[in-house]
Amino acid sequence: MRKELDEILEGVAFFAGMGEEEIALIAGCGRNVRFGAGETIFRQGDAADVFYVVRQGSVAVGHFAPPRGELVIETIEVGELLGWSWLFPPYRSHFDARALTTVRATQFDGACLRGKCEDDPALGYDLMSRFAQVLIERLQWTRLRLLDVYGDGR
Amino acid sequence: MATVADDRAVGALVPSPFRVGERRQDTADTWTLTLEPLGDGFAVVPGQFVMVYMFGVGEVPISVSGPPESRGEPVVLTVRAVGAVTTAICNSEPGAIVGLRGPFGNSWPVESASGGDVLVVAGGIGLAPLRPVVLHALAHRSEYGAASVLYGARTPQDLLYTDELRRWGDELAVEVTVDAADTAWLGRVGVVPKLVAQAEFRPDSVRAFVCGPEVMIHYTVEALRERGVPDERIFLSLERDMRCGVGLCGHCQLGPTLICRDGPVYTQAQVAQLMEVREL
Repeated sequence: MRKELDEILEGVAFFAGMGEEEIALIAGCGRNVRFGAGETIFRQGDAADVFYVVRQGSVAVGHFAPPRGELVIETIEVGELLGWSWLFPPYRSHFDARALTTVRATQFDGACLRGKCEDDPALGYDLMSRFAQVLIERLQWTRLRLLDVYGDGR
Repeated sequence: MATVADDRAVGALVPSPFRVGERRQDTADTWTLTLEPLGDGFAVVPGQFVMVYMFGVGEVPISVSGPPESRGEPVVLTVRAVGAVTTAICNSEPGAIVGLRGPFGNSWPVESASGGDVLVVAGGIGLAPLRPVVLHALAHRSEYGAASVLYGARTPQDLLYTDELRRWGDELAVEVTVDAADTAWLGRVGVVPKLVAQAEFRPDSVRAFVCGPEVMIHYTVEALRERGVPDERIFLSLERDMRCGVGLCGHCQLGPTLICRDGPVYTQAQVAQLMEVREL
């Protein structure tokens, strides 16, 4: 099972270029999970102790905003990461995540990974650099949407 | 003494009458009209535009979204009502007469893309000028390798040609995304340039055709460059204040080029430096 997870992670862009030893360490905190279409993966305010790499399907990240109901902020697709609230206190999810289709993902235990990162600063730096890249990309795409480029300027 | 060239220029400034045939509402503010020539009409190649004259209101440039391949065939235009003239066009009932001048400008190089991969990236109303490229790729599917359409809009309600998008998906890889949605939407939410990273194409053989708001074009070009697509293989349709359509008035000047005459289709290599000049 561990070997199988190692191989899966080697095929994920987020882990590209990582050494086998590091992959094995990270895989030690992971397990494969499945969600049915429409199933809630986590909710705003839940304890954020895990994150996911989506291997199949699509996840809607949203926010419940009365009286408008749930608004979808973005979708997470195959190969992308879901969840980063496990990185920093208070370790609470800021948004809802719901499977739009059947979703197969690898789930990682955040506390387990944080522990390994503290024990191995090189692994911690590498992992944080990769997460920072994801965060920056998402921030840039969000900024682009803030520009409302399809508006007519009226 | 008038010359042949003068006669051509004058002819290009005189609108020809077209009758509104079919009219279909695509979104809350966008309509597709089929215009039938009352005279000889004209042939249009993918990427060209026409000047649409609403008598007593004014004239605007509109890209042709359904080009007639020969004279006498109807011209299909998709128009978003954003001002007095475009609103008048969208409100035109079947049977109304409008004036058309053109066609003007150059074209998408669909023929030279043959043999390689094709990538169409459109944002908002920018899908309208690219629809002829998609129709050409569908009609000549066997001549191309991987063929993809990446399309983004503000919301699901703002998507154009939704029925066609589904049909195109039978033969092309079609990915649609919107900037914002509620839970009724089960598709992607995010910006269209982001889709470039996952699209199937070979950077050394693809021709990328891009049209949409300039901000969206900017980020799409960045994403294409990250994938290794050379600037010479990235084709953009630009828009400025086109008025005469024949390179006489200068309103659509972009540095050394007049978009109505030399464009509207350029390679990224041709305009990369110009697009960085804020004053332009």
